[in-house]
Amino acid sequence: MLLIHCPHCNEERPELEFAYAGEAHIVRPNEAEQAEMSDADWSKFMFIRDNIRGDHAERWWHAHGCNMFFNAIRNTVTDKFTMTYKVCQKRPTEHQIKVAKND
Amino acid sequence: MTKFRRPGHGNVDVSKTLNFSFDGKSYQGVQGDTLASALLANGVHLMGRSFKYHRPRGVVGAGSEEPNALVAVDRGQGRITPNVRATSLELYDGLKANSQNRWPNLKTDIGAFNNTFSMFFPAGFYNKTFKWPASFWDKVYEPFIRNMAGLGPAPEHPDPDNYASTYGHCETLIVGAGPSGIAAALSAARNGGRVILCDENPELGGSLLSTPGVQIEGKFALDWLAKSLEKLRKTENVRVMSRTTAIGYFHDNFVALAERLTDHIPGVEIGPAREKLHRIRAGKVILAQGAIERPLVFNGNDRPGVMLASSAQTYLGKYGVAVGNEVAVFTSHDSAYEAAFNLSDSNIRIPAIVDIREDIRTDLKEQAEQRGIDLFLGSAVSKTKGKHRIKSIEVFYPNTGSKQMIGCDALIMSGGWTPSLHLWSHSKGGIKWDADLAAYIPDQANENCVSVGACNGDFGVAAALNAGTKAGGGRKKFNTNEFDFGTGISLDTLPNYIDTSKQKAFVDFQNDVTEKDIKLAVREGFKSIEHVKRYTTNGMATDQGKTSNLNALQIAAKAVDQPVEKVGLTTFRPPYTPTTFGAVAGYRNDQLFEVTRKTPIDPWAEAQKVVFEPVGIWRRAWYFPKKGEDMHQAVARECKATRESLGIFDASTLGKIEVVGPDAAKFMNLMYTNPWNALKTGSCRYGLMLREDGYIYDDGVVGRLAEDRFHVTTTTGGAPRVYRHMEDYLQTEFTELDVWLTSTTEQWAVIALNGPNARKLIEPFVEGIDLSRENFPHMAFREGKICGVPTRLFRVSFSGELGFEINIPAHYGRAVWEMLFEAGQQYDITPYGTETMHVLRAEKGFIIVGQDTDGTVTPFDAGMPWAVSKKKKDFVGKRSLARPDLVAEGRKQLVGLLTEDPNVVLEEGAQIVADPDQPIPMDMIGHVTSSYWSEALGRSIAMALVKDGVNLTDTDVYIPMPGQTHTARITAPVFYDPKGERLNVV
Ligand SMILES: [Zn+2]
Repeated sequence: MLLIHCPHCNEERPELEFAYAGEAHIVRPNEAEQAEMSDADWSKFMFIRDNIRGDHAERWWHAHGCNMFFNAIRNTVTDKFTMTYKVCQKRPTEHQIKVAKND
Repeated sequence: MTKFRRPGHGNVDVSKTLNFSFDGKSYQGVQGDTLASALLANGVHLMGRSFKYHRPRGVVGAGSEEPNALVAVDRGQGRITPNVRATSLELYDGLKANSQNRWPNLKTDIGAFNNTFSMFFPAGFYNKTFKWPASFWDKVYEPFIRNMAGLGPAPEHPDPDNYASTYGHCETLIVGAGPSGIAAALSAARNGGRVILCDENPELGGSLLSTPGVQIEGKFALDWLAKSLEKLRKTENVRVMSRTTAIGYFHDNFVALAERLTDHIPGVEIGPAREKLHRIRAGKVILAQGAIERPLVFNGNDRPGVMLASSAQTYLGKYGVAVGNEVAVFTSHDSAYEAAFNLSDSNIRIPAIVDIREDIRTDLKEQAEQRGIDLFLGSAVSKTKGKHRIKSIEVFYPNTGSKQMIGCDALIMSGGWTPSLHLWSHSKGGIKWDADLAAYIPDQANENCVSVGACNGDFGVAAALNAGTKAGGGRKKFNTNEFDFGTGISLDTLPNYIDTSKQKAFVDFQNDVTEKDIKLAVREGFKSIEHVKRYTTNGMATDQGKTSNLNALQIAAKAVDQPVEKVGLTTFRPPYTPTTFGAVAGYRNDQLFEVTRKTPIDPWAEAQKVVFEPVGIWRRAWYFPKKGEDMHQAVARECKATRESLGIFDASTLGKIEVVGPDAAKFMNLMYTNPWNALKTGSCRYGLMLREDGYIYDDGVVGRLAEDRFHVTTTTGGAPRVYRHMEDYLQTEFTELDVWLTSTTEQWAVIALNGPNARKLIEPFVEGIDLSRENFPHMAFREGKICGVPTRLFRVSFSGELGFEINIPAHYGRAVWEMLFEAGQQYDITPYGTETMHVLRAEKGFIIVGQDTDGTVTPFDAGMPWAVSKKKKDFVGKRSLARPDLVAEGRKQLVGLLTEDPNVVLEEGAQIVADPDQPIPMDMIGHVTSSYWSEALGRSIAMALVKDGVNLTDTDVYIPMPGQTHTARITAPVFYDPKGERLNVV
């Protein structure tokens, strides 16, 4: 069972307290953007995900904790969390992920 | 004293005799025995039959790796445990064990015909044979497979025992209490921090128990052991756990330990926990699991009496049992000489040591000579004889082709050693091939974990002690006096003059996989070791190939002509040894399996002899039968009473979320399809929620308490997911909105009153709300008091009758219910359950999300375009409603169905076709979603999702059911009072 660091509680808690919530940094288009979007672009936003092998930016929910959603970098091969961060923060750069790995 | 007991040897208490039975026959053992050692002491080697061929099998190992000696232990009704390894089964007085895979008994087994016809059961037999004709499945193949499948008897009764579980934390967890594990614990304990040392055996000490002659720091092994264990037991920060198997190693140093608490105690009543699962989070894990000796794969290696050399040494050293009087040795590794010499020194005759190697260490030769043991170097055992016990071996010398028979009553073998990588591999630690050991050993760790001792390839007592000490943070180096573990060689095929096809050389004893099966699998194209494993079933039995995997790997590698390290290794998976379901389930059994959520009014319903049904994790009143009524009669009566006078219904399970804040209306506009700006304070409205993909997610009535405050209700089952859905959007998409969400489901009890007399009933109890038709119209929502208790009162109807939903603080729920019920007697107030609620709403064509919708239904499919605001520029799901597939013609739409025969109540889920005479498979155009007997209409009604359903209104469709095809006409889904006039009762 994984230990996950909640950036809001600022604590490592067992996986049981959390729920996975899909890929991160997929921003919902606002009403103006939606109106402009082709069906193809909309279905890409809705359904197409990267499904990468390696460091994956994804959303987690501290369901049985502080109730907050946050983002994480997790390696889909090793299942290791490199870092977690608040949703308002930008996706970490490759460099930041590398630094976090060496910590 | 039994025949093969050697007094003066072993760590057992020969003064304490234990009576036990095996296959109904009585025997005696002593305190400290396992079933295997006790049977061996009685001269019994035959302990089981193999799975596929039902070949007679004897014990091979002396621990949890045992592949053959599996027994079923009978501890009374519901307490039969199959597939217990006799080698790990602690003997107790009165133990009753039975062998498996035989009928009528172990010595005469009908199923052994499989053995006679073994040429018909090659690798992949099941895959090749049980294919066609299809008609054979029912009558021939399935009974055959069922008969053959599985090991041992499945329990026929529920397990009456209790199981416990707990969480634990420590700085250092040490798995395995042999010399390396104990040394690690001693040094880790000195450095402070919590230490847990666990071992699967009842006695700690590992290999030291088998080799009492070894000296550590000038003390005999058992003395050093006793002193060390005493020290550990006295150290406060150390927890020593015996009979505790580390069954799995999971992420972030989370290790599951299964502790067996009572199985070794005779006559334990049902009550105390039988096993306890410890979920341990450790800072550091030290794996000291040891190594398992490898059998040699030669013709006749499965005859009872053939066993691992180290096992024979353990039976002598630990249990004081000789495995035979004349014990021959067959080896490719030096370590077997220690076993041979130990046995010889205890007056067991060693008629021969057969060694595959042409040359061996001089000291071994000398010691053999001193003991008068004949050495056969560069030789191999080419066959064995004896029906239920080995009688002789044939020694073959390939250089000259000479053969010689040698009599024996046991043959001990060693093909080298396999470090136990199981937990290391669970933790995803890397492994590397060690050519000298001809085995894989740990490489890079993936967790904060080290592997020490034999499981790391550090063989010998001193090496193990030193590695353990170092892992625990110490620096001490130990002096020992021990047999030099030495080296060996590993051959994929042993020399034999007999044609391979005529040999019976077993690799996996438990699953009856032979050398030729593995070669056949490779010939048939299976090159990956994972495929070879599945095709031959090698390593797939309850022992997970602890003794067989490496032999299989070497044979397969040779067959594909690749170095072993290129072929890889099959994946180790938890649990390390078979684990009871009870240990995994722990306390989660019966009432504790899942929480039953009950409403505040539930006890009242229970007292009425109500019938409950589970809805999500709630239990809800289903219907209230009066004496002699069946469900149909009760529901018909409840429906009629509600439509004619007054029904009362517990709606407390409705999900409730309070949406509060300056931007509450904006947020509601985004989360629901309906418009909310125009909803006045003091009113409520039906709300429809979509997912972003445009499909219906939930629905419920929403009341506006103030400009900035909404009381949202959800479906009973949908409450958690709706709350999560709202939180998700609020926190991650609509972050600019100033809104708070609070789940209030359990704060409010909800009493629904429906029927023409509803207003009359509550009027006298309500304060602060004008209930008149004009001032409290349909879809009004007010705060006030009822029965002196604060209430949020909705005028809504899910039945089509005049209706009120009375929200009161949960702890007043039952009191208000009882007051209203009492006062309602004048109107023949009738309590009703979920079934009547469903019928009443279906008569009105109201949907139930999740019953009439299935996650692919849009508001337009459901006939609810009125619920979707056309003016709003955005809401969740809006853009998707314009997706080409969602606006396409021919979607399934919600319609009503009236059967031609009004007495036929269709089955929910039944498929609908346009032409009942078409050939099978028919073109299914939809399915029945809701179906009931309507007492109000005096006939059956149904709702259905039908392709292009609205256009098919007034046409007939067909519902083919077993034995009969029903005809039904498509109608609008509102069956009762389509104009809604009944809401306007005075
Ligand atoms: Zn948190």
